[in-house]
Amino acid sequence: MIDVDVSSQLGDFSLSAKFRVNSGITAIFGRSGAGKSSLIRMIAGLSAPDRGRIALGERVVFDRAASINVPVQQRGVGMVFQDARLFPHMSVERNLLYSQWAAGRHSALGLGEIAELLGISHLLKRRPHGLSGGEKQRVAIGRALLSNPQILVLDEPLASLDASRKAEILPYLLKLKNEFGIPMLYVSHSLGEVEQLADTLVLLDAGTVVAHGPIAQMLSNLELPQLASGPDAGSLLFAKLDHYDEHWQITEFGLEGQTLQLPGQLGGVGQDARIRIKAKDVALARKAPEGASIRNVLSVVIEGVTETSGPYAEVDCRVGEQHLRARLTRHSVHELQLAAGQQVFALIKSVALDQ
Amino acid sequence: MSFYLTDAEWEAIRLSLQVAGLALAIALPPAVLLGYALARWRFPGRTLLNALVHLPIVLPPVVTGYVLLVLFGRQGVLGAFFADVFGIVFAFRWTGAALAAGIMAFPLIIRPVKLSFELSDGQLEEAAHSLGTSRLRTFLLITLPLALPGILSGAILGFAKAMGEFGATITFVSNIPGETRTLSLALYTEMQSLSGDQGAIRLTVIAIVVSICALVFSEVISRRLSRKLGGQHD
Repeated sequence: MIDVDVSSQLGDFSLSAKFRVNSGITAIFGRSGAGKSSLIRMIAGLSAPDRGRIALGERVVFDRAASINVPVQQRGVGMVFQDARLFPHMSVERNLLYSQWAAGRHSALGLGEIAELLGISHLLKRRPHGLSGGEKQRVAIGRALLSNPQILVLDEPLASLDASRKAEILPYLLKLKNEFGIPMLYVSHSLGEVEQLADTLVLLDAGTVVAHGPIAQMLSNLELPQLASGPDAGSLLFAKLDHYDEHWQITEFGLEGQTLQLPGQLGGVGQDARIRIKAKDVALARKAPEGASIRNVLSVVIEGVTETSGPYAEVDCRVGEQHLRARLTRHSVHELQLAAGQQVFALIKSVALDQ
Repeated sequence: MSFYLTDAEWEAIRLSLQVAGLALAIALPPAVLLGYALARWRFPGRTLLNALVHLPIVLPPVVTGYVLLVLFGRQGVLGAFFADVFGIVFAFRWTGAALAAGIMAFPLIIRPVKLSFELSDGQLEEAAHSLGTSRLRTFLLITLPLALPGILSGAILGFAKAMGEFGATITFVSNIPGETRTLSLALYTEMQSLSGDQGAIRLTVIAIVVSICALVFSEVISRRLSRKLGGQHD
């Protein structure tokens, strides 16, 4: 658990953050300049807030009133910086083991294990300057992990990488989460990354925590325009891979007792999956469609209809316990006389698998 | 004319190296610490200190030599202190020549040292802190090794300056054969004598050869260093 309640005046910029999140991956999301980096520097102990309190798990690491300020060396926060910050005069192996030989820390995880997991075993003898951006970042993650941290803090670790390098790192972060269960604070301004990784989202805007909560709930909250508006806004649904049909080469996912199909073989049976559906890709019908090519039809219940000032209306639907948003024109909402409580069919034109 | 060096020439070379070596040993450690402080810390009086450090460059060497004579002479405050407490005498000794050379070389040493500390902005140190190393250990393991190229070039410049120092040296410790008569002073002495042309040319050639040797040596070290540091920062 991470419990933060701090405020600070940094020149003209004032930062005030209050949130409490459970373990798993917590994304600190906001535009650049929103104060994300300042906030995690305080959590890591690289700077001290003017007022407030920070607790990591059961341990209070900062409390202005009680004059507690655990120095960065003893906070047990593993930092991964945007620019990797590997020590250029040491081999990759020396970098990875730095906190063991230089600071006498012991990690339950071995070098071999970590190097294997992050796919950097073949780089151990190399020097950092010859590595690609993605390799450097993986070494930096390994170095932080081997310092035996209570929590891993990643400050926009993918921001300086191109798209293909990002795609190269994300699976490793997911593996870390699934295999070690180490709590992570993940700072990002990319909604795509956050959707793939985060369990919890802390939304920061102009130095203030605007909202925080479970990721799917945050993404479908229409009161948070930073997350829920824009052409690509939509819903995040948690499903399970049920079945792969070899003949048609279709993977089926179970979602609240219903089924979604995606082309191709997308993993092993039983695997958890995050499915992303853009609001504009969802159509609603009062009756189950017949003779249509769209395969993904879910039976849903309308929770609410929100008409925006433009031509569109956002329809919030419920699939079991989860939410699915549809963006229709106000015109069709009126023609179909859609209203809360109705049972309708959601026709999904396109589905993206995040994980 | 013999190609072999005379005893006096050997002595001048030996003295020059000895004086420059001690000068470097005196000046380098404070130059590294002060260079770090000036590069990384903001404190009141920083600008004044910065100016003070560079004073020997702009001051006439005779003035520096005279100030040293007043302070470190036998009757000087510091001279008496060092003589009484540590038994070290500077006035008219080769140690005094080294002190003068060290002070004259100090600004030349500190410049590249300071620059190399300024080059890295403390980000790697932050990473090292977060991995658990204390400030001192981080300085020794990260900051200092990465500043080595700058420290080396400061040392080379400083050594060269100390080898050739003339004005402050002759003012402070005079021109005593076998004690303070370094290459520069020996050359000056030859120039003063009526039949000294040949001796002056010989000493000039010696000075050039010694300098070239020093340059080649420093080049070899700096190449090794840059290979070891693996192309500087990532």
